[in-house]
Amino acid sequence: MTSHSDLSCTGLVRRFSGHTAVDHVSLDVPAGTFFSILGPSGCGKTTLLRLLAGFDKPDEGDIHIRGQRMNDVPPNHRPVNMVFQHLALFPTMSVGENIGYGLKRQKVPAAERQKRIVQVLEQVGLPDLAGRNPQQLSGGQRQRVALARCLVLKPTLLLLDEPLGALDLKLREQMKVELKHLQKAFGTTFVYITHDQSEAMVMSDQVAVMRNGRFDQVAPPEVLYRQPETPFVAGFVGDNNRLRGDLVSVEGELADIRLDDGSRVRGRIACEGLEPGSRVDLFVRPESLVLAGEAINPGYTGMDARIRTTLFDGANSRVEAEAAGQTVYARLPQDGSAPRLGENAAVRLAWDPILARVFEAAT
Amino acid sequence: MMKDSASRLSLWLLLTPFLLWILLLVLVPHLQMLRVSFQVRESWDTLVWGFDQYQNFFTESYYWRTFVRTGVMSLFTTFLTLIIAFPIAWYIARLARGRARGLLFLACLIPFWASELVRTYGWMILLRESGLISSWLQLLGLADAPVEMLYNDVAVIIGLVYNGLLFMVVPLVTTLDGMDENLVEAGYDLGGGHLTVMREVVVPWAMPGIVSGCIVVFMLTLGSYLTPILMGGKDSAWFTQQIFTQFITRFNWEQGAALGVLLLFLSSVIVWIGLRLSGQSLRKVMG
Amino acid sequence: MKRLDRKTRKHALMLSLALVTGGFAGGAMAEELRLITWGGYAPDDVVAQFEKETGIDVKVTLSNNEDMISKLRATGGAGFDLAQPSQDRIVGVQRQFNIYKPIDFSRVNTEQLQPSMVKATKDSTELSGKHYGVPAVWGTSGLIVHNSVADSVKDYTDLCDPAVAGEVSYRLKRPTLIGFGFALGLDPFSAYNDRDRYDSILAQVEDKLIDCKANVKTYWTGGDQLLALLRTGEVKAAMAWDAGGWKLNAENPEIRFVAPESGALGWIDTFAIPRRSENEEAAYKWINFVMQPEIAAKITNASGNFTASKGADEFVRAELADAYRASFNDEAINNIKWYPPVPPGLETVEGQVLDRVQAAN
Repeated sequence: MTSHSDLSCTGLVRRFSGHTAVDHVSLDVPAGTFFSILGPSGCGKTTLLRLLAGFDKPDEGDIHIRGQRMNDVPPNHRPVNMVFQHLALFPTMSVGENIGYGLKRQKVPAAERQKRIVQVLEQVGLPDLAGRNPQQLSGGQRQRVALARCLVLKPTLLLLDEPLGALDLKLREQMKVELKHLQKAFGTTFVYITHDQSEAMVMSDQVAVMRNGRFDQVAPPEVLYRQPETPFVAGFVGDNNRLRGDLVSVEGELADIRLDDGSRVRGRIACEGLEPGSRVDLFVRPESLVLAGEAINPGYTGMDARIRTTLFDGANSRVEAEAAGQTVYARLPQDGSAPRLGENAAVRLAWDPILARVFEAAT
Repeated sequence: MMKDSASRLSLWLLLTPFLLWILLLVLVPHLQMLRVSFQVRESWDTLVWGFDQYQNFFTESYYWRTFVRTGVMSLFTTFLTLIIAFPIAWYIARLARGRARGLLFLACLIPFWASELVRTYGWMILLRESGLISSWLQLLGLADAPVEMLYNDVAVIIGLVYNGLLFMVVPLVTTLDGMDENLVEAGYDLGGGHLTVMREVVVPWAMPGIVSGCIVVFMLTLGSYLTPILMGGKDSAWFTQQIFTQFITRFNWEQGAALGVLLLFLSSVIVWIGLRLSGQSLRKVMG
Repeated sequence: MKRLDRKTRKHALMLSLALVTGGFAGGAMAEELRLITWGGYAPDDVVAQFEKETGIDVKVTLSNNEDMISKLRATGGAGFDLAQPSQDRIVGVQRQFNIYKPIDFSRVNTEQLQPSMVKATKDSTELSGKHYGVPAVWGTSGLIVHNSVADSVKDYTDLCDPAVAGEVSYRLKRPTLIGFGFALGLDPFSAYNDRDRYDSILAQVEDKLIDCKANVKTYWTGGDQLLALLRTGEVKAAMAWDAGGWKLNAENPEIRFVAPESGALGWIDTFAIPRRSENEEAAYKWINFVMQPEIAAKITNASGNFTASKGADEFVRAELADAYRASFNDEAINNIKWYPPVPPGLETVEGQVLDRVQAAN
């Protein structure tokens, strides 16, 4: 428990009848960071957030905020505020009253209150809307009001429960960036939960990937992307190709693998205790795959594939191919370097073995 | 054009029974009553127009005293019903799940399968001197002689609250049911205690239900007849009873009509004030 | 008056139209007698026997004086073929609202009726030389007392005695005013047509009743309610009808009906024919049928009240006859104060007195 961590949890457990929603989770969030918890629905992330907010109590473990034990502090006395998934703006109050609600509870005098409401609305880019009803605002505006309602209280910790889920795609992209800026501008520690890996990657300083009530990996987005520590993280964060085969031999940190059709590929070992002969999964990202003509980099490994179709999506264009009886995607560079590929054309897909990661196959 | 007039015609046809109902059973009798209330029986066979009945109301103290008493007690009953119904509605709408919820609702509904008379007699059996509660109290040694709990204002209010409860619970459940659980949590999360969340978040949200429940219960209480008479005993004076007496016992339809008009006026004014104070409009409250 | 009349007629027309359609909807084309009467005056077995003998369906509506008058007033005397108002409530009402038609005594078998009662009823229901009532059932109001308080409650005003505080009940209706008037040594009946004197009597009664209010447990409104109060012992003394007292006496000998010292108040319920009766024939048939001694005795057994039928007494249940004799000796019978016809307008004044008593604290 370092003195400059805003939130630190140790061994949190929350059980519901029959299953453990949060299973011995420990985490440490340094002050001023944007911390995301990423996981598929049902992984326990919402339960964890409710434990932090105080709506629910852990069966085991401790929650400390700025060194203060919070387990028995009710939600209204925690220096924590929450932006709810559906925002939960009070429909019977105006925007100004919504924002003033918390200030009133802190006994801030009316004049001061007005000043701070106007100020925070300006900060979130909604000046002059204090008199409106939340129902009259657009989705993005409501979002910002919900943020302002919490930020005006200057909480130690701001919890966000997938607040972007209800927005349309374009607005979501825009809000992602804006949230990140707002977090930097206010300097508040954010704990953000989402099932959308792109949200987590774009905004966060640290991302915890959660599965079945546990954290698989906690790391900055880039590390998570490049060096996933579990097959789940590898598959969940970003697009990835998975190739299954048998481990033939190990040379240093590289593994030699025989795919099911007999072709041999190589990749970097990412877990311990692999013996030759064991079933393994090799993960290689679409952008790591090179559509090789004749000239192949000598250090690269490769396999034969057959093009199924090309998927044009601007900078994210890909080909769908079949290799070793499995579907594989490869990025199609849009700088003109890619060859024209017809359907059923035979190609060779190559990659730098250092960029591929090999895990013991999940059963 | 053809289609337009055809649909308008069918609309009118659909509305006709309703309009007839309103006209014949609501509007006409009330207008008639208003008219009769301004008639004065000068002798056995002459009627003239005049305000005598209304003058009687203000000069005979027992009329307006009963009037005020009825109004005040109805307001108090309505308030009490709200206080009692709210936790019940809260439990049904927010805490109870599935079967329990249906059963609870049923429990609220079952007493209304019996008539008001039967319900009132039920309470009388409980509260009377030789009744159940009195004998329990004696059995437990809390009283050494039979206790009379009937025939007073408290008994009347108990009966009236009981009669109004369902009509308060139903609209409350409906509005509370539609409330996002997160609103309450947000209320706490932003620093509110139980009382604050109740006052600032829950009550404003439930206001349409509260107001419509209160209007119904108030009207029902104001217009109730059997409960105050049977349970109130000798001090049971209730305004509807005076109207009944004028019409049925005294054959004084003119006075009865005037009192009826005044009751209608009183209830309308109080409902209007209630709507004003709570910032609701009738349209909002009635859906 | 003209306007009122036209309006009433219009109302009556609409209502009877509704009733007629209602009748057709019922589908029955059989002859029907619609009787509005008091509880116990048309026992099921009597109705069944009448239906069997005449083939006429009897539809009974239970009511009381005020309700009967209101219903008939609303329709201008339609909706029922035979009514049974008290004899003192006919003339005044008839003069005001014209809801009855005269009785054709040639169609009534007066042979089987007690002549003195027929005469009394004829006299008290006479309007412009026509008679509107046939005597049917008679009874009295007096005191029902529990033996434990019988020594202190001998007259109506004794209900205000501290000895029975909180154990007393009476109605807030005109018989109470009259009874208390007599018990105070006044004579309300003789003042019926002297408004000033009657007003002063009422003023004294009002004071007495307001003083007495603290003694009262509740003002009873229905016969069953009063019987329950007396049965459970919650009320020890009440002003009530004789029949109720005898019924209780049969259950519990400790409770008795007592004729008050100032005299029981005697009433006679009659047969009267509503002005727009649709089956007068059946109405007369019913009158002649139920006034046969054996049938009349059945009515007495059911309601507890004696009838105007001659010779019915010998068919009455023995304990009822005994109870009757225990309550009334010859002196008490002679002391019964029979209600004279109520002049119109009296009830309005009385009503205000009752209202003030009800509202007093």
